[in-house]
Amino acid sequence: MSLLEARDVHVEFTARGRRTRAVDGVNLSIGEGEIVALVGESGCGKTTLARTLLGLERPGAGSVRYGGAPLAYTSRALRAHRREVQLVLQDPTGSLNPRHTVYEAVAEGPRIHRLPGERDRVAGALSRAGLRPPERFFERLPHELSGGQRQRVVIAGALALEPRLLIADEPVASLDASVRGEILTLLLRLREELGLSALVVTHDLGLAWNIADRVAVMYLGRIVETGPVEQVLTAPAHPYTQALLSVLPGSPSRVVLSGEPPDATRVPGGCRFHPRCQVLAGGAAAQAGVEASCRSGPLAVLPATAAHQAACHYTAR
Amino acid sequence: MLELRDVAVTYRSASGDVPAVRGVSLGLAQGEALGLAGESGSGKSTLAMALLRLLPREAEVSGRILLDGEDVREMNWGRLRAVRWASASIVFQGAQHALNPVRRIGDQIAEPLLVHGMATPAQARRKAAELLERVGLPAWRARGYSHELSGGQRQRVMIAMALACSPRLIIADEPTTALDVMIQAQVLDLVRSLIVEDATSLIMISHDLSVLAAMCDRLAVMYAGRVVEAGPSREVFAAARHPYSRALAAAFPTVGDPESRLRPRGLGGDPPDPAHPPTGCSFHPRCPVAVPACAGADVELWPAGDRHTAACVHVRTGQAGPETAAVHDPLPEATP
Repeated sequence: MSLLEARDVHVEFTARGRRTRAVDGVNLSIGEGEIVALVGESGCGKTTLARTLLGLERPGAGSVRYGGAPLAYTSRALRAHRREVQLVLQDPTGSLNPRHTVYEAVAEGPRIHRLPGERDRVAGALSRAGLRPPERFFERLPHELSGGQRQRVVIAGALALEPRLLIADEPVASLDASVRGEILTLLLRLREELGLSALVVTHDLGLAWNIADRVAVMYLGRIVETGPVEQVLTAPAHPYTQALLSVLPGSPSRVVLSGEPPDATRVPGGCRFHPRCQVLAGGAAAQAGVEASCRSGPLAVLPATAAHQAACHYTAR
Repeated sequence: MLELRDVAVTYRSASGDVPAVRGVSLGLAQGEALGLAGESGSGKSTLAMALLRLLPREAEVSGRILLDGEDVREMNWGRLRAVRWASASIVFQGAQHALNPVRRIGDQIAEPLLVHGMATPAQARRKAAELLERVGLPAWRARGYSHELSGGQRQRVMIAMALACSPRLIIADEPTTALDVMIQAQVLDLVRSLIVEDATSLIMISHDLSVLAAMCDRLAVMYAGRVVEAGPSREVFAAARHPYSRALAAAFPTVGDPESRLRPRGLGGDPPDPAHPPTGCSFHPRCPVAVPACAGADVELWPAGDRHTAACVHVRTGQAGPETAAVHDPLPEATP
């Protein structure tokens, strides 16, 4: 059963007269106790989609649904929503106030939401985040903690509100290699013990392999491939996913896409990946007779089902 | 061409001395690529800066740093200036922010050539255009400014600058951190092809052992200011003898490896405080295979194979640690 869902969500920004289609039609659902990885390069719209799911951006079209009901954009409804769906930011050093003790940092959320039993709540959240005994950490300041401990404090701050879903934006990107595994193990344990769902936003396919049940690969505002991690990451169907996997260290044959990730103010017609697509450039699409579709045929938005699917004319032929 | 003998760096401060590098000996042949792996606080970046004497005054360096047989520590200022850029140049982590926003890109690339009197202004301009094309940017970018470029393009400009004086050694400190995977692959391929074409030596620094193993011939893993394992890349990455190297290799899983599926692996505990490194083997408080002797035992780099050394008591006694077998399959292919 779907806990949080994006239904045909579109988010646009206009700056200096130019329209940026940051999220350009996305269906995505995160079930109870499910960990979904949202993967893509910078500028693909993954952070905007995450913000929209948190209620921080309002979709221009489409809707966000939580527990089956559409999200209402009143301050009261949003406050309730943000208690259930918590954000964990990527840089723990930047998201903690250097002059607030660990206790203050974790107690901030419960105070805003006027929740009872503050001290027990803070202690419980810290120990669930692996900072034990919690009392020993109450009076510490962020600079007295290691990077991994700071990330645990940030996660404890989210847990103090007893959310049902965490949205974690690059949760380990700023952490040392050896600490990374510990934080990922923590996310898996929270799912096991509390049934906590998570959407992990990342550019790191290894992270998806480590902790996610399902993965959604985003390119230029759309999800281009989605499905169970084992299927998508070992038998990718979309040329973009294939290229991303091929440049991981140790892969036998590399497909290095040239150029920069494209610009969301100028979304190409047809398949939005076609100007960089190695299958089209290599002539395989022409041989299969889909070249014209690649260049100008629109692709349907992938539905929010759990099955493995890709938005590609070549694989769909 | 480069030889380090027992190099140590200590930061002097009012609150006490911090030994950042504690006795590192390494060698690098012409045309060889060495990967220096380790986490923050391991001393890897300090060591790289010490090679070109780029450390602040409060850092005290001892030992010998021989570049083509000449000790960098004993060079006078003029000689050092000639060596920087011309013999060895460095590309820093996040260096794309080091570009001057109000100067044209071409002028910045040409600057080391002019400073070292290696070209006339007209020649330097031509060379800057050539260098831009070599790193995969159109020559007309020379007239542009850094804000017009993306992060990956700026990192290419930094590499073009490092190449300007045709150095024989390039030191790249996390050259692709903060870049997207595809851009990272582009930059790594570029660096690889440049060092192969010119037989330039490379020291690349990263915490990602898998990236280093794919780029470099040899790997040295640092922990708490010391090298704990050094050897051929494929051996250190796929069949590490030191438990810390094994943990570092397992931290970045191989996609498709069933061993790591839904099983992220890391190390308990936190990296050591450089001001107070643990006694004995510095790694013993976090080591999964530590024995009581490790807390007091003096560890040094013991032979662990052909041109392969590791600083672990299990290596000295010849006992295989509980997980000495390869934990990381398949082997990474060196990028051609």
